[in-house]
Amino acid sequence: MAEQGKVDPMHQFTIEPMFGTDHWQIAGYHIPFTNSALWMAIATLALLVFVAGGMKRQLVPGRWQMAVESMTGFVDGLLAANIGPAGKKYVPYVFSLFMFILFANVLGLLPLGIVGVHPFTFTSHFTATGVLAILSFAIVLIVGFWKHKLHFFSLFVPHGTPVVMIPLIFCIELVSFLVRPFSLGLRLFVAMMAGHVLLEVLSGFVISGLNAGLGIGPVVSILSFLLMVAICALEILVAGIQAYVFALLTSLYINDAENLH
Amino acid sequence: MDPQAAKLVGAGLAAIGAGMAAIGVGNVFGSFLESALRNPGAADGQQGRLFIGFAAAELLGLLSFVVAMILIFVA
Repeated sequence: MAEQGKVDPMHQFTIEPMFGTDHWQIAGYHIPFTNSALWMAIATLALLVFVAGGMKRQLVPGRWQMAVESMTGFVDGLLAANIGPAGKKYVPYVFSLFMFILFANVLGLLPLGIVGVHPFTFTSHFTATGVLAILSFAIVLIVGFWKHKLHFFSLFVPHGTPVVMIPLIFCIELVSFLVRPFSLGLRLFVAMMAGHVLLEVLSGFVISGLNAGLGIGPVVSILSFLLMVAICALEILVAGIQAYVFALLTSLYINDAENLH
Repeated sequence: MDPQAAKLVGAGLAAIGAGMAAIGVGNVFGSFLESALRNPGAADGQQGRLFIGFAAAELLGLLSFVVAMILIFVA
C-alpha cells in the first residue's frame, strides 16, 4: 500500500536488533536485544529513578516526593474505591503496571527525533500489551480460584438469574470473561498504534506539501502541521487515559476475583 | 471487482465504525458532563464508571481500526 506514498506510516513499528546483537541465540532461538527491549529498559529505568527520588520519607515532602506520593495515592484511591479494603495488597502491582504503561506511552511521544534518536513505543505492539494483559488475567484466575475454590464459577451466574436462563447466561458470561485479556491488551495497543500512524500520515502530508512547490504546498503544509500539533496534545491525553483505563479495568477484574458479585 | 480494490473499499467502510465510536465516546462524556453539572457533588464518585463507559465505547471503534489495518496490510 505504501509504495506510492513517500512516508511509510508502518515503518516506525519495525523491531530491529540493536548494538550488533542480531546473531544472539538462546537454545537455538534467535533472541537479539531489540529497540523494543531497549525502550522497555529505558521505561523501567526512568520509573526506578522516579520512585527512588521520592523514597526520602521526609515529614514535610519536597516537590519530588509529593509527585511520587500523589501517584501512589492515586492508585491507592483507585483500588480502595473499586475493591475495598482487600485492594490494599494489589497496590504494588497496579502501581507498577500503571506507571510502566504511562512511562512507555509518554516516552514514545518524546520529540527526540529532532536530535536523531527515534523513540519506540513498545506499547504499540500486541506482544508487549498482550503479556501485560495475561499477567492481569492470571492474577484474577489465581486469586479467584485460591480464595473461592470452585465457587469462583458462580461469577458466571449472577444472583437472581431464573433457572431457565442459567445455561444461556453462563455461556455469555463465560465468553465475556474469556475475552477480557484480549480486549484489555488490544485496547492499549490499538490506541497507541492508531495515534502514531495518524501523526506519521500527517507528517507525510507536511513533507508532500513542502515538495509540491509554492502554489498549494504551503496551505496544505501549514494546515497539516497545525493539525499535527493539536493531535500531539490529544496523544498525550490518550497516553494518560489508556494507562488509567488499563489500571482501572485490571482493578475491576481483580474485584470480581476478590468479592465475586 | 478487483480484489485489491475491494480490500481498500472495505478498509474505507471500516472507518464508519470509527465515526460511530466517536459518537459513542462523545455521548459518554456529554451525558456525564450534563449530569455532573446538575449534581457536582456526586460527579467525582462516578469518574471510574465514566472511564469504564469510555473504554467500552472506544474499544469498538478501535476494533474497526484493526479490521481496516488487517484488510490493508494482512489480508
